[in-house]
Amino acid sequence: MKRSVDTSVDKPVDRSDWRSDFPILARTMNGKPLVYLDSAASAQKPQVVIDAMRDILENEYANVHRGLYALSRNLTARCEGVRALVADFIGARENEIVFTANATGAINLVARCWGAHSLKPGDEIVLSAMEHHANIVPWQMLRDSLGITLKIIPLDEQGTLDLDAYRALLCKKTRLVGVTHISNVLGTINPVSEIVRIAKSYNPDIKTLIDGSQGVVHNPVDVRGMGTDFYVFTGHKLYGPTGIGVLYGKQEVLESLPPFFGGGDMIDSVTWETTTYRESPYRFEAGTPPIVDIVGLGAAIAYIQKKGMEALVSHEKELILHARSRLDKVKGLTLYGNAPDRAGIFSFTLEGAPPADIALILDRMGIAIRAGHHCCMPLMKTLGVEGTARASLGLYSTREDIDRLIEGLEKVKSLTG
Amino acid sequence: MTTEINMETIRETFALLGDWEERYRYVIELGRTLEPFPDSLRIEETRVHGCTSQVWMSAEKNAAGQYHFRADSDAHIVRGLIAILLSGVQGRSATEISAFDPLDFFRELGLEEHLSPNRRNGFYAMAQRIQTLTSD
Repeated sequence: MKRSVDTSVDKPVDRSDWRSDFPILARTMNGKPLVYLDSAASAQKPQVVIDAMRDILENEYANVHRGLYALSRNLTARCEGVRALVADFIGARENEIVFTANATGAINLVARCWGAHSLKPGDEIVLSAMEHHANIVPWQMLRDSLGITLKIIPLDEQGTLDLDAYRALLCKKTRLVGVTHISNVLGTINPVSEIVRIAKSYNPDIKTLIDGSQGVVHNPVDVRGMGTDFYVFTGHKLYGPTGIGVLYGKQEVLESLPPFFGGGDMIDSVTWETTTYRESPYRFEAGTPPIVDIVGLGAAIAYIQKKGMEALVSHEKELILHARSRLDKVKGLTLYGNAPDRAGIFSFTLEGAPPADIALILDRMGIAIRAGHHCCMPLMKTLGVEGTARASLGLYSTREDIDRLIEGLEKVKSLTG
Repeated sequence: MTTEINMETIRETFALLGDWEERYRYVIELGRTLEPFPDSLRIEETRVHGCTSQVWMSAEKNAAGQYHFRADSDAHIVRGLIAILLSGVQGRSATEISAFDPLDFFRELGLEEHLSPNRRNGFYAMAQRIQTLTSD
């Protein structure tokens, strides 16, 4: 596990070869070399992922499970191999990995399988002020149907969670704590192990759900060490395809939950009178799974593991320092989120130029960023803004990308000023 | 401020403009010619949803059946796009307005990417709003 990596910042390691693994980054956008700074929304795909998926479709495709012929058997083994790979990647066991459509699907699955069956009127769920709508709306839907209450952990000025306030929110009625590992707006890396420990030491029966959509991309994850009941993430932000996400659930927790989706593949036996379900994780995976996407996710994780998560993190740290030093010098720029422990996700506003203007002008310069509320409207309200512009890094990002962004921001100012 | 911005002026000016920067500069300039949008109209009813920026739009019909539009956005470029859109409908009757195809005009100006007709495109929602406001 432990490999020595160069973490010194004055001798940045050249990672331009990483960039060339991603064919799309060779193209232009609006006639300019593409600078892709929207990886927090969705990451680009390396050639190995594209090749793996194409190879399945061209040479290996069949439906999985129960097929008694070679193609089906092989592909079933391959998909189950990806389950093992995912488990290894986040420190879980194979039977604790449920394939879902995306992180949203995983959270909704928990809300339906666990929440709808376990929660009673008056129960409380604790979420943080920096949650994505995906970790808000499913709980609000339960609130409205079951009469539960949502409590919100506030932020401090730096954009870190106020843990004292969090402790004070816990009470006898608390049933679940749901927090994002890394904010998709502020870039804050939350102390999720501590957050889980606080909940469990208050009451071991409190369930915890960590939204790892950004977390799994930007730092090594060990769900067992973290002690969380649930950890969710999506494939497409992790350099894999869309349509495949992961729900990690502790074995004993998953085994205690009823399924939500009913259908093929999740059953032991079906008669008109009664149906018995398979063991977890299969009972949560009704219907034909996204086979090709599962293989793609496997290729993406193998690609990351080959590079080493530590190397990814140290490359990103170097870029974060560069980005900070350049962004800090842009006059009129306000950066949201100043946590000491952060990922390469930068939300900002520019005096005199609303986010939409920034994004539209940068677009003409070949620079892809995002503008808006980033599916975090409650957080925008807390920050006192309608929206922000957001530039987010991927493993293929370079110092030059950041320099081009800064050039772009100067152009935005000259055009709108 | 009330120099009449009509389709012809816009068309002629665009024909003279070179790269995207000049075009955007002009679009932003056009946005500055919009008549001030009263705060009293910044309400949910006038809000056009689906835009990455905030957009409001309202319309009044006079006795002669001509429509007067007012609209605003917090984004400079969007405000300019609104000015271009309104140049095709301001002071016109419902029949004239329904005959105006904003996508055609935007295509002519090389701005069609802003009006791609899908439900997720906020600016397209604004073009739709004009039709809703005038189809009574």
